[in-house]
Amino acid sequence: MNIVVCVKQVPDTATERKLRSDDKTLDRDAADGVINELCEYAVEEALRLKEAHGGEVTVLTMGPDKATDTIRKALAMGADKAVHLVDPALHGSDALSTSYALAQTLKKIGFDLVILGSESTDARTGMLAAMLAERLGTPQLTLANKVEISGAGITVQRVTDYGFDKVEASLPAIVSVVEKINEPRYPSFKGIMAAKKKQVQTFGIADAEIDAAQVGVANAWSEVADFAVAPPRAAGTVVKDEGDGGVKTADYLASKKFI
Amino acid sequence: MTEILVLVEHVDGDVKKVTLELLTLARSLGEPAAVWAGPGYSEVAKGRLAEFGAEKVYVADSADIVDYVVAPKAELLASLVASRAPAAVLIASTAEGKEIAGRLAVKTDSGVITDAVGLGEGFVADQSIFGGGVNVHSRVSKGTPIVAVRPNSTAPVPSTGAAAEEKVDVALSDAARAAKVVERVKQEKGARPELTEAAIVVSGGRGVGSGENFAIIEKLADSLGAAVGASRAATDAGWYPHAFQVGQTGKTVSPQLYIAAGISGAIQHRAGMQTSKTIVVINKDPEAPIFEIADFGIVGDLNQVVPQLTEEIAKRK
Repeated sequence: MNIVVCVKQVPDTATERKLRSDDKTLDRDAADGVINELCEYAVEEALRLKEAHGGEVTVLTMGPDKATDTIRKALAMGADKAVHLVDPALHGSDALSTSYALAQTLKKIGFDLVILGSESTDARTGMLAAMLAERLGTPQLTLANKVEISGAGITVQRVTDYGFDKVEASLPAIVSVVEKINEPRYPSFKGIMAAKKKQVQTFGIADAEIDAAQVGVANAWSEVADFAVAPPRAAGTVVKDEGDGGVKTADYLASKKFI
Repeated sequence: MTEILVLVEHVDGDVKKVTLELLTLARSLGEPAAVWAGPGYSEVAKGRLAEFGAEKVYVADSADIVDYVVAPKAELLASLVASRAPAAVLIASTAEGKEIAGRLAVKTDSGVITDAVGLGEGFVADQSIFGGGVNVHSRVSKGTPIVAVRPNSTAPVPSTGAAAEEKVDVALSDAARAAKVVERVKQEKGARPELTEAAIVVSGGRGVGSGENFAIIEKLADSLGAAVGASRAATDAGWYPHAFQVGQTGKTVSPQLYIAAGISGAIQHRAGMQTSKTIVVINKDPEAPIFEIADFGIVGDLNQVVPQLTEEIAKRK
């Protein structure tokens, strides 16, 4: 089985994240880049499915040169090889153009199963897997907390407000996984060393037959009109509990008409 | 005035609160037309949509629409976008709502904005990003604006609409029938409101100390008719089910009132709750960063303060 796992490098949540003042896109230089946490669950799930059913796991990343670190991390976890879609024309792509660029690349490299994290911790749109399914005409098995494959069939548990839906489809398919579907493994020293020798194929937009007019900040379907650092919330009242903390809180809630 | 499509969220035939919020928002920008997808449409539902200003209701109530994952709803909306040329489409910014919005954007070659917390003239959306650190105004620059709006972004205000019904038949494509829902499993959640929709959320964190002790959080929540949330520390420790985790990798909530008990307020948690209107904090550590965003805070032991608060609320009812 040919499994492609899409991973994204995101700014570390623990550092200050900014938008650039010039083109209002994410300032990727301002913060350390790390693998998107939800992508780690996707990599782990891909590795487990490979271990159970055989095949190969290919990491696919779209991002600037420094996203190589994230690719190496996924390879160190145990993925077999990687494709890095990197091109200045892709800078500032929104979810629509990103899904287009990744769909074009997936058509080129082929797949039986594509696995993604349910969202990224920077843009948090949560749309990419659904958009890929739409563009590729493949079944959408998203928000999964359990994935089972048997022959050409695939079944997932899709997390819903009320519990979960059991969803069935045939491969090829697009899967997104939620946090805690598994416990992602730490790369071993051996894995880290092996990752250095694994093949990372670089694709530019021409290699994936991506139309330059459909990607990049200038061609985005939506735009940031303006932005500002959020003003700090007005300082609230903080009091020390003197045995009447609950009563004082109730007084406050009453003053705000919550009780 | 031009039509604005509002995709109705409903459960067991009842219209969810977020839809009433979206209708209220749509009224300020155009003429709201509700879109009912799936079985369960009734006079009661129609009455509710009329009460909050729906001038039209497009009803596509075949079971097919909900028997397959997401794609049928996107096809339904795309067919309405093509035939009615609405000014915009509003969808609840839930996990599934965003997926519908995403597929619809691809189908209609239109821009899409998710997690809007406000929407103004020209369909300029307010967003709060990077864990509440940056406020953004964004807008769609191509096609029909598709905007996913977070629950609790506006207060629902009644204003009667005609709710003129129009049946819509959608011939679903084979691609829309690719992922079939074969079973729906409802997990017991009791009488509490849904976390992302709730007007009040009471969350517990590491300071709660154990799974058993979450009972005091639940009691406080029940006294306020609130939903219960938990920080990642609490769900990782197995004290509370993961589905209730509020934070960057869990649920994002934006209630009128958020009470955080025993939660230190790491950026990952704040990313999931910082747009709450009023924030109340109970924590024994005066240095906990969550106090920085508190409107009201008590430095004290939640084991004392929370039960006392619950008791006091009962007294005042």
